[in-house]
Amino acid sequence: MPAVLIEDVHKSYGKLEVLKGVSLSVETGQVVALIGRSGSGKSTMLRCINGLEAFQSGRIEVAGHVVDQDPKRLRALRKDVGIVFQSYNLFPHLTVGQNIMLSPRITKNVPQAEALALAKDVLAQVGLSDKFDSYPDNLSGGQQQRVAIARSLAMQPKVMLFDEVTSALDPELTGEVLLVMEKLAKGGMTMILVTHEMNFARNVANTTVFMHQGKIWEQGPSRELFAAPQTPELQGFVKAGAQG
Amino acid sequence: MTTFGWPEALFLFRAAGWTLLLTAIAFLIGGLLGGVLAIMRLSRIRIVRRIAATYILVIQSIPVLMVLFMSYYGLSLFGVELPPFLAASASLAIYVSAYLAEIWRGSIESVPFQQWEASASLAHSPAQTYRHVILPQAVRISLPPTVGFLVQLVKNTSIVSVVGFVELARAGQLVNNATFDSFRVFGLVALIYFAICFPLSRLSRHLEKVMNASRPH
Ligand SMILES: Nc1ncnc2c1ncn2[C@@H]1O[C@H](COP(=O)(O)OP(=O)(O)O)[C@@H](O)[C@H]1O
Ligand SMILES: [Mg+2]
Repeated sequence: MPAVLIEDVHKSYGKLEVLKGVSLSVETGQVVALIGRSGSGKSTMLRCINGLEAFQSGRIEVAGHVVDQDPKRLRALRKDVGIVFQSYNLFPHLTVGQNIMLSPRITKNVPQAEALALAKDVLAQVGLSDKFDSYPDNLSGGQQQRVAIARSLAMQPKVMLFDEVTSALDPELTGEVLLVMEKLAKGGMTMILVTHEMNFARNVANTTVFMHQGKIWEQGPSRELFAAPQTPELQGFVKAGAQG
Repeated sequence: MTTFGWPEALFLFRAAGWTLLLTAIAFLIGGLLGGVLAIMRLSRIRIVRRIAATYILVIQSIPVLMVLFMSYYGLSLFGVELPPFLAASASLAIYVSAYLAEIWRGSIESVPFQQWEASASLAHSPAQTYRHVILPQAVRISLPPTVGFLVQLVKNTSIVSVVGFVELARAGQLVNNATFDSFRVFGLVALIYFAICFPLSRLSRHLEKVMNASRPH
């Protein structure tokens, strides 16, 4: 039973068909990189997986949850599936510690002491133990993104989704975030990540999936895919230095 | 004819107390109602949105004076006699609810939608998202315009004098009719209004500055 199973998913915004029959299977512990030009449907795909977007047909199953728009089932699903966004989206009125402890406390009734220990643990994992009492506004972009990852981890998810989590960062700050993600991958986390960081995809992801015009155009073991792209579209994309 | 002295001044101060009480009651009840309306206005269920929008539109389109007449004289046609203070509080609360609902709806809407997504993605229910993520941010955003509206409310309470309730403005009129010392009477009335409203206006302005300084996004 794969951790993520996507079968022939179609998704349209009005008349615009954005996903044209996407199928993908991700085994537990696998890291999958989604690459492709801007507008090819990567974010939409990712957001369908945790139910942020509804889709018209097809089927998605994640960590044993069937994805639909039923509110109760969505909440159960989201306890097991974390997502990290390009724009961090930390809660600005809460400290780092409060950001991390909030969800375990209110969605899983984790006792305060346990939530505190959990928060300290995930903050240590992202190397920000000293920022527990800081407000997000006082952190750098890279630090905020690491806190966002820690906040997700505190839910002890079975699958983590990442949508261009380094794209808003200055180049000198992307490294610290990628390092955290690499550590997660090595620790056995099942991950699907949309990224422009081709080196990261090649070196960290087991599988790389190239999306083009709402379809999975080409996929394979990352090293092979980058070494010998089959389709002209992927060849062009790799050669162009992966713009967009 | 009496002259304007301490008893008259005291009468005005006591009336100012009624003005404050009326303001407080209208603000509290109107605020509760307005909060519910603001959230209804943003509901995902269309009929709920419609009901709130219609209420707000109707109340904002008629003078508060008419609401007052309707609750005081209108109800008495059906044999319901509201005491002036009750009619005044109820009318002002209705007026307040419609305006605060709009101010607060705007504040809630100005919290970036990514906050909703982040919260939902962490398995929060819509109620938890409101309670822990959206409202704390919306309240901060809404503070300056809310306090600004409070200043308007203090002044607008004078309207309830038409149903015979003696608040500060009406008290000024009464004392003036007895003393004909309009300069001193209305001078003091104006001064009392100023003493209430000026600090509130300053507070509103101050809050606005603080908000602008602390929320870069
Ligand atoms: N909320 C939306 N409403 C309408 N169209 C959208 C919306 N979100 C994305 N799209 C469109 O769907 C297509 C795929 O977008 P997206 O999944 O964000 O692509 P990518 O992440 O690969 O850049 C684009 O053409 C985009 O304009
Ligand atoms: Mg995208």
